[in-house]
Amino acid sequence: MKTPKFSYHAPRTVAEALDVLAEHSSDGKVLAGGQSLVPVMAMRLASPGHLVDINRLTDELSGLEVDDEGVRIGALVRHARLERDEKAAASVPLVGQALRHVAHPTIRNRGTTVGSLAHADPSAEMPTVLALLGGHVVARSVRGERTIDAADFFVGPMESCLGYDELAVAAYFPAPEGRFGTAFDEICRRHGDYAMCGAGVVAVLDEAEQYVSLKLSLVSVHDVPEVLDLTEVVRGTTYDDVDHAALGDWVRDRIDPPGDLHASADFRRHLASVLTKRLTHQAAVAAVERASTPTSSTTAGGRP
Amino acid sequence: MTTTDDHTGTQGEQHLEVRLRVNGMPRRVELPVRRTLCDALRQDLGLTGTHVGCEHGVCGACTVLLDGEPVRSCLMLAVSAEDHDVTTVEGLTEPDGRLSPTQQAFVDCHGLQCGFCTPGFLTTISAFIEENPEPTEEEAREAVGGNLCRCTGYQNIVASVLRAAEIQRERAAEGGAA
Repeated sequence: MKTPKFSYHAPRTVAEALDVLAEHSSDGKVLAGGQSLVPVMAMRLASPGHLVDINRLTDELSGLEVDDEGVRIGALVRHARLERDEKAAASVPLVGQALRHVAHPTIRNRGTTVGSLAHADPSAEMPTVLALLGGHVVARSVRGERTIDAADFFVGPMESCLGYDELAVAAYFPAPEGRFGTAFDEICRRHGDYAMCGAGVVAVLDEAEQYVSLKLSLVSVHDVPEVLDLTEVVRGTTYDDVDHAALGDWVRDRIDPPGDLHASADFRRHLASVLTKRLTHQAAVAAVERASTPTSSTTAGGRP
Repeated sequence: MTTTDDHTGTQGEQHLEVRLRVNGMPRRVELPVRRTLCDALRQDLGLTGTHVGCEHGVCGACTVLLDGEPVRSCLMLAVSAEDHDVTTVEGLTEPDGRLSPTQQAFVDCHGLQCGFCTPGFLTTISAFIEENPEPTEEEAREAVGGNLCRCTGYQNIVASVLRAAEIQRERAAEGGAA
């Protein structure tokens, strides 16, 4: 349970980090919060020859910017900081709703949200949230910088499209447009465990409380985050008239989750159905409540 | 950076000198770069109060405070702790030698049996009651949700969280009145 040997690099600038990554190619690995990488190395499931510790790059990678349109975080923003940020919660509530389910508070004190995205675990919450919101990751290398949409970023279980020489420097979670509400929940064997099944929902309603769109994404079901679009199923109905149990059936019939010792495939399908039923209703209610809140999100951060 | 031999069989690998503050004291230690913070505390600094259980972040026994916040010391490289403040269970007692509110609460409520998990609970709860001085029982349970006790003494540990917060409030009131 001790990590194999490696060479340690502690760059003082992002440019220096990118040089090291470029030099060592597939033998290099970025260390941010280390809450997944360190145990993976201790179990000898990974043995990078060169570890590039970005934790000293706080000047360049600790940014947390929030406006009405979304939340942009640098690679060193820890889960706990993002979870506690009131402006982020007002702009994109789904981010905080999901972060509360990421491991335990102690892990969230150290783990980074961008690192969780780069780790691309199908059982992780934040890749699902990024996909559901249609966010993106910003990757930088000595070759330049590129913006990668969530739909392209995740390519397989534990695999992103980041090149060996690339550092994920930031991620962007856009707020849904219109009169929206969101909800997130998951079901675990034990509190804080990986979810047997989890789900996030974004509902957008019009002035008559009829659905404009309804989207859902699941945790521990797909190899890479997939967004299920239920809009056509509910369009033109008010949220109160929708048969939420039927929405659960709709989702259950369209997924093919893996079975493992924690939950069989059938049980996961059942959990997805139950979560869909609960969360599509919760999200719609949140949309109604959000719309009836007298103060808009532009001033939410300044309220007492 | 130097490459030296030492008694732990780490010859031929990269070593670094790391400076950090442990329980308020500046410390300087040379160690292999792959050494975790918990091993550095125990083996290199002789602070064996921090216990090492699962070594992959699940059990919480190795929890220490990094700049005041609980972190798993088994999931952190010692070299990453350079220039940071680390507080271990040895650093929780009050400056006058009195047990900290959390330590006293564990005594009062029989919050430990074998004691292996206790250092992780003490550090976690100490930080928690700073952040939330008046927790509900539900919040107390959530606060220790990331720590395992294989004696399964959770009822008394949850009682200890509430008692710790109470002692902290009492001491704050005494301090205010004095």
